[in-house]
Amino acid sequence: MTPADLETVYEALAEQLDAIGPDRRELYLAKLALLLVHEIADAGRARSLVADAASNLEI
Amino acid sequence: MRPAGRAETDSLYFTYPHFDPPSNRAHLTRPVRVAIAGAGPVGMTAALALAQEGIASVLFDAKATFNDGSRAICIARQSYHILDRLGAVKPFLEKSLGWTRGRSFYRGRKILEFEMPDSPREKYRPMYNLEQQYIEQYLWDAIEQEPLIETRWQSRVSGLEDLEEGVRLTIQDPVDTYQVDCDWLLAADGARSTIRGLRGLRLKGENFEGRYVIADVQMEHDYPTIRRALFDPDCRRGGTILVHKQPDNIWRIDYQLRDGEDEAEAIREDTVRASVAAVLTEIGYDGDWDLEWWSIYSANTLALDDYRDGRVFFIGDSAHIVPIFGVRGLNNGLADAHNIAWKLAWVLKGKAGPRLLDSYTPERRGATLDVFQNASKSARFMTPPTAGWQLMRDAALNLSLSHPFAGELANPRQMTPYTYADSPIVTPDEDGFEGGPKPGAVLPNARVNGGFLSDLLGDGFSLIVFSPELADRLADLDLTPLVLQPGSEAADVLAASPGSAYLVRPDMHIAARWQSASPEAVRAALELAVAGGKT
Repeated sequence: MTPADLETVYEALAEQLDAIGPDRRELYLAKLALLLVHEIADAGRARSLVADAASNLEI
Repeated sequence: MRPAGRAETDSLYFTYPHFDPPSNRAHLTRPVRVAIAGAGPVGMTAALALAQEGIASVLFDAKATFNDGSRAICIARQSYHILDRLGAVKPFLEKSLGWTRGRSFYRGRKILEFEMPDSPREKYRPMYNLEQQYIEQYLWDAIEQEPLIETRWQSRVSGLEDLEEGVRLTIQDPVDTYQVDCDWLLAADGARSTIRGLRGLRLKGENFEGRYVIADVQMEHDYPTIRRALFDPDCRRGGTILVHKQPDNIWRIDYQLRDGEDEAEAIREDTVRASVAAVLTEIGYDGDWDLEWWSIYSANTLALDDYRDGRVFFIGDSAHIVPIFGVRGLNNGLADAHNIAWKLAWVLKGKAGPRLLDSYTPERRGATLDVFQNASKSARFMTPPTAGWQLMRDAALNLSLSHPFAGELANPRQMTPYTYADSPIVTPDEDGFEGGPKPGAVLPNARVNGGFLSDLLGDGFSLIVFSPELADRLADLDLTPLVLQPGSEAADVLAASPGSAYLVRPDMHIAARWQSASPEAVRAALELAVAGGKT
């Protein structure tokens, strides 16, 4: 995936999050996480990403 | 609880017997070898299992009849094997409803259909539904045929005192209060065990937040015996509902109470009727129905630290409270009863060392902790305890509408019998046995000559071999040899080669196994299995 590819996904996510009401965004992101995990089909890798995403949240 | 105007045991479909206190009283203070407190399913099973080994026992129960309401309704395959070994399974098979399938729904749409493991090599189905009254009735019918069991109804254990080699019980019945000495006491007196209180022991563990009302209704509902779980249904947003079919057109409906829903209000008859009516609308039933019985239930995982206290053994709910989702309350209680009964009998008959009894807690408490782990998983899905669990549960359910893989997260994973891998009386593999059931596991079943492997097992220990020579060299041992064919279905299930052997205990658990067995190894494993550990 090129930086440009990533950017298209980034934009699609932003637009999708705006299209979804604020009360449904959390549910949507959790569903998306499960879908992506299923796609990468690697529990160890997925769990490491689950932990990675938790870093720096306080900054 | 029952509808207004009906007594506690005034059932729509079951006639409760009435039992008087003992009328013949001359022998009441005579010492007994084994006393059992509580004549529920667990206490009665223990008495039957002791009697099968030739050991007499006396059952004491405070009540004048069976337990009110149907309470536990799911009997697992391994429990039918226990009942089979006790010669009591026939009426259970005739009346109960076997099932293998479950369906889960999210907001009215089916998201999962699962099958529990079953195959033609199994004698019994993975699960059977039967009201607890019938469970008790059929066990009682077997007890009435058994001269080694005496039952004293309306007889409450109110005091307990340790003796040098036994326990002195104080018994209160409507006629008198008397004392009777026993060598051993099995406490099968339930979740609110009097014996546990008298010993100053406490259950320890966790209480989950989820509270359920369980209600039985009678109705002509045309739906097969398939367990239904309704997540977030219209009639109970945010809650979970379970629906089970029982014999006699009785349906069990479990529905979760909302956070903050008042318990006293929730169990009022009109509230229960309105809640049940809403569930029936949800599942598309619009015919007549009668309310039979209801109760309230919380998901707890609580257990004693030690299931033995001197001469007292705790069996069933007196030792552990498990959440309903794993359907292991009754089933684990029956396994407790069977486990302690053969061990105690073998010690009393001098066929095993007293240390055999020390294996009861590690084996059965281990099984409880295993249930806790699995049931906690189910409980967290059924009743998410925190915001994080709630969000992921909702995401899984929502995603499952479009992606079936996510529905698998709603699979309750009905449990299999616990493997006593760490038991002090189980011999671990020594020769790198590949495949097959591990030491401590329940022996899997297989078809043998038109019957089942389980039917060929002896009453005591059995030795499964695949060539007659080994059995011949062990002819002096107290076990039942079973010579099976290499290449047979059983050999395949057991991953056996011609030199292999399995040593099977009276409770069908594997005591030891060998890829290539020697007589010396079998002798050593049997000695370990009956002595409770090498001294």
